[in-house]
Amino acid sequence: MDSSKMIHSVTLDKEKCVGCTTCVKRCPTNAIRVRDKKATIIKERCIDCGECIRVCEHHAKKAVADPLTIIQNYRFSIALPAPSLYGQFSGIRDRNVLLTALKRIGFDDVFEVSAAAEAVSAATRKELQRDDLPRPVISTACPTVLRIIRVRFPSLLPNLLPYRPPMELAARWARARAVKQTGLKPEEIGCFFISPCPAKATSAKMPIGTVKSAVSGVISIADVYTKMMPLVKKITEPEQLAMSGVPGVSWAVSGGESMGIGDTNYLAADGMENVIRILEALEDEQLENVHFVELNACVGGCVGGALTVENPYIAKARLDRLIRQAAPVLPPDDLPDWDLRWDEAVEYAPVMQLGESVAAAMSKLGQIRELETHFPGMDCGACGAPSCHALAEDIVGGFSTEDQCIFVIREKLQKLIEEQHKAAKEDQE
Amino acid sequence: MEPLTLQFPVSTEDFSQAGLASSAVKRTLKDLGFPNSVIRRMAIAMYEAEINMVIHANGGMITVTITPEVITAVFADVGPGIPNIDLALTEGWSTASESVRDLGFGAGMGLPNIQKYTDRLDIQTEVGKGTTVTIEINVA
Repeated sequence: MDSSKMIHSVTLDKEKCVGCTTCVKRCPTNAIRVRDKKATIIKERCIDCGECIRVCEHHAKKAVADPLTIIQNYRFSIALPAPSLYGQFSGIRDRNVLLTALKRIGFDDVFEVSAAAEAVSAATRKELQRDDLPRPVISTACPTVLRIIRVRFPSLLPNLLPYRPPMELAARWARARAVKQTGLKPEEIGCFFISPCPAKATSAKMPIGTVKSAVSGVISIADVYTKMMPLVKKITEPEQLAMSGVPGVSWAVSGGESMGIGDTNYLAADGMENVIRILEALEDEQLENVHFVELNACVGGCVGGALTVENPYIAKARLDRLIRQAAPVLPPDDLPDWDLRWDEAVEYAPVMQLGESVAAAMSKLGQIRELETHFPGMDCGACGAPSCHALAEDIVGGFSTEDQCIFVIREKLQKLIEEQHKAAKEDQE
Repeated sequence: MEPLTLQFPVSTEDFSQAGLASSAVKRTLKDLGFPNSVIRRMAIAMYEAEINMVIHANGGMITVTITPEVITAVFADVGPGIPNIDLALTEGWSTASESVRDLGFGAGMGLPNIQKYTDRLDIQTEVGKGTTVTIEINVA
């Protein structure tokens, strides 16, 4: 894919970046380099996980979502809150308060993404009963997981659950409902996902498995939080807007999706490091008797997203209370089933590959390995690359030079000094 | 084309380290753009062989040689050797100790699985001296 056309939600604030390489070392796809004292993102490799946003002490990495004013571009606007939103507020007993607050900040209607999540769970249960599918089935709800499989674990592509994420389904479902209710044209209705993470913001602009997203815009949880906060305490008689039950709301936390599949042979893991370990194990067929694998890039699940405001464990505790206090509500069953499946296959994106052919890649790797012997192998990051191997790879690719390594420079300097000493000594003699 | 050689020492009874070599090789094969099926077979076979070295042979040395046509991995150890190769290749047969089985290994599927996923399996062994297992996967 042409990288200039790639859209990412993670960007850099150059003013704030001090070029410290913290993000460089934590990036799971080695997508960041420090060049000219500023971090730069290699677009083809970025999977929008938001890890760099979380680790940057200077708040130089940020996620770009749409401003709330975007909803004015549509005659009828619908908020699609991710269930992780509910864990952000303290002292809430009834999530209808939060859903009502969303309407008060400007939306005409609200449609819970957790309702769509329950529909995805129902479809997953059916899918798991088929015996002609490769096992285990891997959840595709987390777009970052989907992206890392696409660039690093192509052999697991056949195991992916080929369903749209709840966000997409919610947008289609909500729009269809609004067309019926208002008589407006579909294009006059804006559906806005209230997102916990940058990866989902990217998915609305560049979806995977879906040709065109039904989501009109993505607004961060952090942005609506500040607007909702002053209103929440004032709402004493909320509208009855909640439409999903315990299983749907549980999707906000790691393991929640698995609870809805009706099969106890599942594995749920969260946090990028764990996700990668599980994907490695799946690739090596080390996991036996696992039917379903739920992976979330963020620690704790979506409540740990980089666009949320609360600590994931605090948010989870609040959600647990909220779930217990909420009476289970069954989702409406007017869901059109044609909307569930992907409409295009997800293919391998070989962005980590070194060359066009195995032979070309091998000759490059030979050069890389030779170059690596010049470097100390301590992966200090001072050159702006995450490791000595990555620097060697960059040099072979023509993006960097050996002089970026301070150890190489020091050696050259030492030689120079020695030569000078020698010359001075000879002069004295 | 000059073949690419990778070497990995395998340490004794350290299960936390088991699988490191197969992971590294898998990564390299992906960087080189080998077909998925080749990578997958190599990863599974290597993992099994690596675990075998940890369980039975007090570690050893793995040497992987890569060319565009064929990938070879040699697992050399100075362990107890295999007294009966035919038995060792039988599914379910295992001499793993109770403590190893308690860890979930030693199901007797190691060598049979390696045989299943590779194009060539060669075992040179001498009781009391050690074992050298060579596996090969053809790319095309």
